[in-house]
Amino acid sequence: MEALLATAIGALTACGVFLILRARSFPVLLGLTLLSYAVNLFLFASGRLRLNAPPLVQAGATSTDPLPQALVLTAIVIGFGMTAYLAMLALRGLSESGSDRVDCGDDR
Amino acid sequence: MIRHAPILPLLIPFAAALLQMACQRLAVQRWIGTVACAVLLLTSAWLALLADDGELRVYALGDWPAPFGIVLVVDRLAAAMTLLVAILGFASLLHASAGFDERGRNFHALFQLQLFGLTGAFLTGDLFNLFVFFEVMLLASYTLLAHGGGVSRTRAGISYVVLNLIGSALFLIALGLLYGTLGTLNLADVAQRLAQPGYDPALARLALALLITVFALKAGLLPLSFWLPPTYTAAGVPVAALFTIMTKVGIVAILRLQTTVLAPSLASLLDGWLTTLALATIAVATLGALAASRLRTLTAWLVLLSAGTLLLTPAQASTRVDAAALYYLVHSSLAGAALFLIAGEVASRRGPAGDRFTAGPLWSGNWLKLGFLVAAMTSVGLPPFSGFVAKLMLLDSLRSVDGGALIWTVVLVSGLLVMLALARGGCTLVWRQQAIAGEQPAPATAWQRSAATLAVVAAGPLLAGLAQPLSGWAMRTATQLHAPEAYVAGVLGGQPARQTDKGSR
Repeated sequence: MEALLATAIGALTACGVFLILRARSFPVLLGLTLLSYAVNLFLFASGRLRLNAPPLVQAGATSTDPLPQALVLTAIVIGFGMTAYLAMLALRGLSESGSDRVDCGDDR
Repeated sequence: MIRHAPILPLLIPFAAALLQMACQRLAVQRWIGTVACAVLLLTSAWLALLADDGELRVYALGDWPAPFGIVLVVDRLAAAMTLLVAILGFASLLHASAGFDERGRNFHALFQLQLFGLTGAFLTGDLFNLFVFFEVMLLASYTLLAHGGGVSRTRAGISYVVLNLIGSALFLIALGLLYGTLGTLNLADVAQRLAQPGYDPALARLALALLITVFALKAGLLPLSFWLPPTYTAAGVPVAALFTIMTKVGIVAILRLQTTVLAPSLASLLDGWLTTLALATIAVATLGALAASRLRTLTAWLVLLSAGTLLLTPAQASTRVDAAALYYLVHSSLAGAALFLIAGEVASRRGPAGDRFTAGPLWSGNWLKLGFLVAAMTSVGLPPFSGFVAKLMLLDSLRSVDGGALIWTVVLVSGLLVMLALARGGCTLVWRQQAIAGEQPAPATAWQRSAATLAVVAAGPLLAGLAQPLSGWAMRTATQLHAPEAYVAGVLGGQPARQTDKGSR
């Protein structure tokens, strides 16, 4: 379980970083999305991984830490809003400069 | 009422933003914004007076006690920074109300949300809540930066947004690491648990180093600072004036993290590298200021220069140095804003030449030329204005630290070079004239713009005149900042330390 999650986070981060280093806005956007997935999984794991345990504290029953789940929820909402805004900005850059490069530069 | 005072600087701009989104008429939005800014100014001044008794005012949101709930903590530093936000916000809003706000929709609501994020970032005592307020502040700043349109703003905006999204991802990784290691995100609780055994010190160091990196990105420390000059140059004039406080958010966060969390337990984390990078920031910013071809670009480099100067201080871990830094912080925010507003006024009078350092048409406005002189002298640190007092205090306090001679050399040489850059630019803007054929456009003058510019420029002489009470306040603030035990006891209510249970699971 831990190995699987760690591999997934690592792979997502690697793909995200690779895509962020591209020059065009769409791959960068995709890379940021992948990076935020990796970060959300990482945050989720910071409360330790437990199977079949509810995030509610009950006497005598095992429970999982509810706080990271709340943090992840907040992070997802914020990340989603930011990505949507970046998509709008990239579209505006495309229509204003005619190029989808991140620096709105020339294609040549 | 006094019990609920800490939440007021958050509620006022937030309520104003909601009201402004509800009524779309610009005149109404302007009135709501102006009234909200005035009320925010009065409230934060009251809060700063309250906080000066040295007591820590802790506001538990929803009455959940720390460390379970989120707390707002008002000490002298937080209250003073809120007041500074309110002053800059009022001046910027006044300036923007002269017509800048007509260039796009919802300027006023976004402006209030920006103030909401800024005050929240200064007041919160919880690291995840700090992340949320950073995001509120950044999201508002993305849209304010793009306000007015134009390809240069879009270009600067894309790189600014991408860089800050990466910064946010790093921030979250740091918070996840910290929570996984210590089991808490409340700043006072983090400080308390770091002082006890029972956690992995390597992971805690890594998490805190990542946090410092993120704050350094916001503050503009050298390898992470290349976004700053193009962004601040591209932003509209009132927006850029407000943005001068945004780098200070990162610096105050580093300062608070250093004094509260690092100094008692991990004092060596900042040693060696932060001061070196800050000196490099100063050097690069000075060269950038010399090479700038517009007054706004020059001012953006000066903002970076002041950030570099301020980042010299956290690694010294000294009350005297931090007291000088706080005076310098207040002075440099206002001086940067003054130069941005003046650049806007000059540009509106010079027609197509704008604020570029090229020969332009003859323009009138002796008060503006005098204002430029005062603002430039304030920025560069010539007597008798606040820049001189700030630099004197800072250099005097840095005299006996390690590498003091190098710091003195870099700061003084950079001051000389910046003086050259400003003198050359000012001579070109004021005296080099070129006849331009055809009718000159009448300058767009509005009393709001002049009033805002004059008010911020007047801060330079005013801060110098009030140097004695202000330096006394800065000393008291730094002393309070360097008493982490009082902070921890105030936030956690003096309850006994709980053991870290993360390691044993």
